Formats: sequence, C-alpha cells, structure tokens
Amino acid sequence: MDNPEHAFDDRTPGVGEDERSATYLSYTAGLVLAIVATIASFVVSQTNLLWAPGIPVGLIVLALAQIGVHLVFFLHLGTASDSTNNILALAFGVLVVLLIIAGSVWIIANLNSNMMPG
Amino acid sequence: MTIAATDRAPTAVSTGRGVHGPASKRIVVAYGFWIFILSDMVMFAALFATYAVLSRNTAGGPSGAELFNLPNVFIETMCLLLSSYTCGLGVLSAERRQPARLFVFAAFTFALGAAFLFIEGTEFARMAESGAGPSRSAFLSAFFTLVGMHGAHVTCGLIALVYLLAQVVAEGLQAAVLRRLLCWSLFWHALDIVWVGVFTLVYLMGGR
Repeated sequence: MDNPEHAFDDRTPGVGEDERSATYLSYTAGLVLAIVATIASFVVSQTNLLWAPGIPVGLIVLALAQIGVHLVFFLHLGTASDSTNNILALAFGVLVVLLIIAGSVWIIANLNSNMMPG
Repeated sequence: MTIAATDRAPTAVSTGRGVHGPASKRIVVAYGFWIFILSDMVMFAALFATYAVLSRNTAGGPSGAELFNLPNVFIETMCLLLSSYTCGLGVLSAERRQPARLFVFAAFTFALGAAFLFIEGTEFARMAESGAGPSRSAFLSAFFTLVGMHGAHVTCGLIALVYLLAQVVAEGLQAAVLRRLLCWSLFWHALDIVWVGVFTLVYLMGGR
C-alpha cells in the first residue's frame, strides 16, 4: 500500500499473504469480529437470550469463534500451503491442550462421583 | 548445524519444507518462537484444567458470582483486544519501514496493556482486602494462579516492548530487530487468545 518494495517472500505466523494490500483492513475486520463475539459472549451470559442450560455451550462456541478470528486475522494462519508447518504445529498444540483439559476434567469428575463419601 | 544463514528469502519462494533450500532466518526464527508459544499454551492448559477442577471448591468462602465485577472484566477485555489490534498495526508499520507510525501504535499498545494490568491489579487488591485472597479456598488459589499467570505474561510483554522499542531507537529497523518485533507480536496476540479463554471460562461461566 505505502511501500511498493516488499522485502520478504515467505510466510510466518503473524504476517499476511500479501502485505501490500488490505492488511490494515484485515486487522480492522478482525477487530470488529472479535468485538462482536465479545459483546455477544457478555450478553449471552447475562441475559436469558439462550435457554439457560445451553448458555455454557453457547459461550464455548463464541470463544472458539473468537479464537478462530484471532488466528486468521491477527496471526494470519490460513489455508495457504506455505503456512502448513505453522498449522501442523498448532494442530499438535491444540491436541495436547484438549487432552490436558478434557482429560483432567473427565478423570476428576469420575473420581468425584465414585469416591466421595455420601 | 547452520539451519539458515540468510535474512532474505531466496529468489524462489521457499516453503520451509526443503523444496527450494532452507527457509530464511526470519521464517526459522518465527517458527521456533511459534513452537515456544504453543508450549506456553500447554502450560496455560494445565492451569485451566486445575481451575476447571477446583472452581466449585469454595470451602464456604465467596464464589465467583459474588466476587467478579463483569463491567470491569469487559473493559479489561476491550483494552487487551485493542492493544492486540494496535500491536498488529505497529508491526505492519515496522515491516513497511515507518518508524514514526510504529512508535505511535506501540504507545497505544503499551498504554492499553498497562490499563489492563491496572484494572486487574485493582481487582486483585480489592478481593484480597475483602478476605478473598489466594489462601481462602481452592477455587481462589486456582483463580489467582491462572489469572495471575496471564497478568505476569502481560507484565513481561510490556517490559519486552519497551526493551524492543529502545532497540529500534538504537539500531533502527534492521532485520534482526524486525524479527524480534514480529516474535513479540506473536506473543502479544497469543496472550489475547489466552484471555478469551480466561474471560469465558473464569468470569462468564463462573460469574453467573
């Protein structure tokens, strides 16, 4: 946009595919989407807009959506072939994170219901 | 031992998968930092798991719904989100060799991050004063560990930002400084992603 000479050809997380066009726009789009998701989360948690037992699920969906927005618009992790390494590392990280959180909650809940007196 | 020696990518676009030779140093450095960030996420996952397990064990003490001030949490969220935005624009300006814009955006980033820390610190102090400190219950220990660890990361990020800006002043926007700025922005965006998890799991689900 401002600087026609572009120094780099390759992709890292955090750098867009084509830095010369529309990158300010992409950050701004990400910001708007993230603000919408945040406001939706706070509204859902504080009102009866959703069926009460469904609120945690709704909040998780909104959080995942917002994390997706951050990854795509701020960290520029897309489907382009040159960010495959970054995506693969991310996928492994997500796997470990899910194993730790879901595994801990599952095991402790099971212990709680089987071993607590009364 | 030398993985990559050049700062610029070769003439053909290197994929980092050995098709056109080794990736540029910039790619290798950012990829290594990305791995570090993911390992940091694994550590946060352990703290999230601890909090999820302990969040109902209030030991007769105050619960999240009694303690949390959601309007403040909303302001904190907006501060961090906007600072992530200005951080992205700042690095973009640095890539385009526009130091003046970089400093303006970095100043916003620092101010918003500092505002976030100030609000969080005030909340922590208020909770500790009202007898809801980390030693009150398992729930509060897990809360202060998780949220405090995120705050500690933000503090380190702000210190690193000042250090990096000093490097920009001293050395200019040369390749090594640009690489550090890029890594720093990855760190800052990642902290915002962790905060999405914190405000959803801790404040919104726990504050109802």
